[in-house]
This record gives sequence, structure tokens and C-alpha cells, in this order.
Amino acid sequence: MISVNLLAIFYLISGVLFILALRGLSSPETSRKGNLYGIIGMALAIGVTIMSVGNFSYGFLYLIIFLSIGGSIGAFIAFKIPMTAMPELVAGFHSLVGLAAVFVAISAFLNPEVFNLGTPGNIKVASLIEMSLGAAIGAITFTGSIIAFLKLRGIMSGSPITFYGQHYLNLILGISLVALISYLCITQMNSLFWTIIVISLLVGVLLIIPIGGADMPVVISMLNSYSGWAAAGIGFTLENTALIITGALVGSSGAILSYIMCKGMNRSFFNVILGGWGANDQTSTSSSQQQKKPVKNGNADDAAFLMKNASSVIIVPGYGMAVAQAQHALREMVDALKKNGVKVSYAIHPVAGRMPGHMNVLLAEANVPYDEVFELEEINNDFANCDVAYVIGANDVTNPVAKSDPQSPIYGMPVLDVEKSKSVLFVKRSLSPGYAGIDNDLFYRDNTLMLFADAKKMTEEIVKSL
Amino acid sequence: MEIDPFIFRLSIFILSIFIGYYVVWSVTPSLHTPLMSVTNAISSVIIVGAIIAALAGDSINVFDTANIFGFLAIILAAINIFGGFLVTQRMLAMYKKKKDKK
Repeated sequence: MISVNLLAIFYLISGVLFILALRGLSSPETSRKGNLYGIIGMALAIGVTIMSVGNFSYGFLYLIIFLSIGGSIGAFIAFKIPMTAMPELVAGFHSLVGLAAVFVAISAFLNPEVFNLGTPGNIKVASLIEMSLGAAIGAITFTGSIIAFLKLRGIMSGSPITFYGQHYLNLILGISLVALISYLCITQMNSLFWTIIVISLLVGVLLIIPIGGADMPVVISMLNSYSGWAAAGIGFTLENTALIITGALVGSSGAILSYIMCKGMNRSFFNVILGGWGANDQTSTSSSQQQKKPVKNGNADDAAFLMKNASSVIIVPGYGMAVAQAQHALREMVDALKKNGVKVSYAIHPVAGRMPGHMNVLLAEANVPYDEVFELEEINNDFANCDVAYVIGANDVTNPVAKSDPQSPIYGMPVLDVEKSKSVLFVKRSLSPGYAGIDNDLFYRDNTLMLFADAKKMTEEIVKSL
Repeated sequence: MEIDPFIFRLSIFILSIFIGYYVVWSVTPSLHTPLMSVTNAISSVIIVGAIIAALAGDSINVFDTANIFGFLAIILAAINIFGGFLVTQRMLAMYKKKKDKK
């Protein structure tokens, strides 16, 4: 047994270690050390908690067993998961945090003496508010993440599901949650607590189904934030500093990421949450003009010729590259170009891919050095001086219409100035519009050469002809 | 009048939000995916609550209802902790600089 004060200090230390873990991510060099701090912080928190309970009977044995079961499952997933599936994995992990928060809240509700919260039927009001908030946010995170997981995995269609009165229903459910929590504090009725959890589970589903596939980066970040707030809620209940600090860190981290993602799409957070974007205007726009305009069509040899004779090439990868698993072929192409003395860099749009930073991980996996990969603001001016822009699997993020046409749904969204480069190579399977459902003006420009093929096959062919 | 300990916890909470705000803004965008996986792992520190819940009560009656929820939460959190930290490790190991060629 260790004293309560000593225990609190240990929790504080592990909270600080978690801060250092996030701080480490400011650059790739320090990040690995940061991750180690995180692991130490976690081990410390678990270790001192076990010591503080000091119950080394059968329960302890089961604890070790369950810890190893979970640990092995986690380790197995971590080693097996392909990097293209990171968004699903993160969504899946969020759902587990949410459910764990619900379970801890339930067990605190059923057995409050253990946590010094009072006796069943007579729990301190503050604790009751905290634990029901923790449970509610946890439950929302749980089902919300599952829907996000299913959408990302492609098990569920990525198109938004909307129905009449959806927002009113959500509003009513939200209000009833607040009412139920207040009523629970007055009456301490068990059934109310269960109702809160059930309604929250429902809210989680309703909140995510209207959000379209293209908005997934925002959704994942948002759920990341929720999982943090759920942890913080439980932290208040358990009076645990480590949990409160971590919850606040994770909560604000997810919120910032959602903000960055929304900004990358020039949309307000509420606009995304209310959902339904891309459902209506997907078909209506400019399918007729599309046929009229001429498109220059090229093959791998043309592309290879252009790039070999260029002095600088900027590669613009998008989610299509991940789908086609073209990142390794792409790296081979870049290696071949570099042998010819071509300067190559990569330009990454904030919302490229299905989650923040997804493209960077995929390129890193293909052994692309991270100092050749640039963010939108860093590289956007370079397009003007670049000979060839190679757009692979990206579309909307290069659309110049975002700068010129105030009518366009993506007007104002920051885009990569691909059209400023001397020639543009656009690898795409067809002329179909991207997620935003709008035609890309870039296809019809004089300096654009369309390469109609699967991203991976085309890149491999280019490598051959180089 | 003594200050309610809740206020102290609230202070820690609010200050941590600010720390999180500034620390996360300094995270380089190329590491945003590892950021998400590591925040995932650390938010599973909720396991401390699960451990307390699971080990509560007398040693004969190990599987009381409240304990069962604790044990379930332990499994979930453990998946997250190990999975989250290891996958972050795996990702971070891939970020290489131009110089050190393998």
C-alpha cells in the first residue's frame, strides 16, 4: 500500500510524461523518444495503481491474465495492420476507449464505495454528474467510432444517410440526456443511468451517419477529441490526476486536428457535423460540359519523357494513391528520376487521405525521406518554378475552381497551385469528379496531360520506360 | 472556508487543456497520424479506473458484477495501450531523413 499523496504524485508524473510524449512529436527525430516517455508514463500509472489496491489475491491473477489477453490482441493488431488501414484502426481504437469509459463508469455506479463516492443509491451528486457525463460521452464515442470504422472499411456506404427531422431528433435526444442526468442526480435511480447510456449509444450512431466519406478526417479527429473528454469525465469521478491531464490533452488534440481538417476544406465545423454534403449536387454539376471540352490524353512513355527532361518534379499524392497501393511504385519512379538528376519533392494537402497525416505515413512506409515531403504552405509557391506536377490519386485538392469560382462548393478551400507548373500529369482512372462532386477544370487545361489508368499500373509503366 | 478539492481538479483540467493546445499546435503536420494513435494509447490510462474496479471487493467473490465490468474495461484498454503504442512505434520508425540511407 502506498499513501494517497504519494499515489497522486505518481499520477502527476505520468501525466507529465504524457505531455512530453506529445511534445516529442514536434519533429520526427524526437518523436521516438516521446513515444518511450508515453510508454513509461503508462507503465508507471498501471504499476502504482496495482500497488495502491494492494490486493494480490485471485483478482490480481485475473488482472494479469486479462491484461495479457488485451495486450496480445493489441500487439498482434499493431504488427499486422497495413498502413493504408490506419484510419480504420484509429477509429476502432477510439471505440474501445469509449466503451472502456462506459464500463468504468458502470462499475463505479454499481460499486461506488470502492472509489469513495458514497454508497449505492446515495452517490455524491458531483460524482454522479461526472460519471454520467463520462459514460454518455464514452457511449457516443463508442457507437460513433464504430460507424466511422464501418464507413472507412467500406462495409457501410460512405454516402451520408439523412432523413427528415434528423437534427430535431438529435436535439431532442441531447436535451433529454441533460434532463435525465439532472433527474438521476435527484432520484439516484438505477434505470435512469442505464437509459442515459442507451440514449448516448443512439446519439453516437445518429451523429455520424449523416457525415459523408470525404469528411472522415474531421470525424476521426472529432471522435479522438470525444474519447479524451470521456476519459477526463471519468478522471473527475475517480479523482485521478493522470486521467484528467490525459483527457484534457487528448480532448484538445482532437479538437485542434478537427479544426485543421475543417480549415483544409474551408468548411465550418458545424457544417461538417450537420452533414449531408455532396449528396445533392453530386450529379447535377456540369456533366454535359464535360464531354464538350477536349482533353489531352497521354501514355506512360509521354509521361516518362516529360519527367526525364524536367529539372524539377513535384508529386501530389492523394487518397487514390493509397487505394491503388501505389506508394512503393511511386518511390521507384522517383528513384529513377533522381538518377537522371531531376529534383523531386512531394506536396501534401492537409486533407489528403482519410485522416490527418495519412499520406505522410504512407510515403514514410515507402521509404520516402520525410524532408522531401512538404505541406501545402511550404511548397505552394514552388509550383510556379516546377516543370512537371505529377498528380496521383488527388483531385479536389488541386482544383483551381476553388480560387476562381465563388459559386463552387469548394470555393475558398486552400488548394495546391498545380496548374502553375509548366505541365501537369494527372493519373486518374476516368474524368469522373472527386468527392466534392465537382468537375476539375485542370483536366482541360492545355498544359495538362491525362494519364487514364490505375495509379499503380501507370506508375510502374513509367518506371519501365524511364 | 476551505476550497473544494473539485476546484483543484478543475484547475488541473483547464490548465492541461491549454498545455494540450500549445503542445499539439507544435506537432508537425507530417506526424498527425502518429499523434492520433499515441493520444489513443494514452487516453487508455482509463485502465487505472478499470484496475481499481476489477480488484475491488473481497478475494473470494472475484467476479461481482462491478468487477466484471472492470475486467472487461481492462481488456479493452489493454488492447488500446499495446496496440496504440506499438503501432505508433512502428510508424515513427519509418520516418527517415534523406542522409541516412539504408
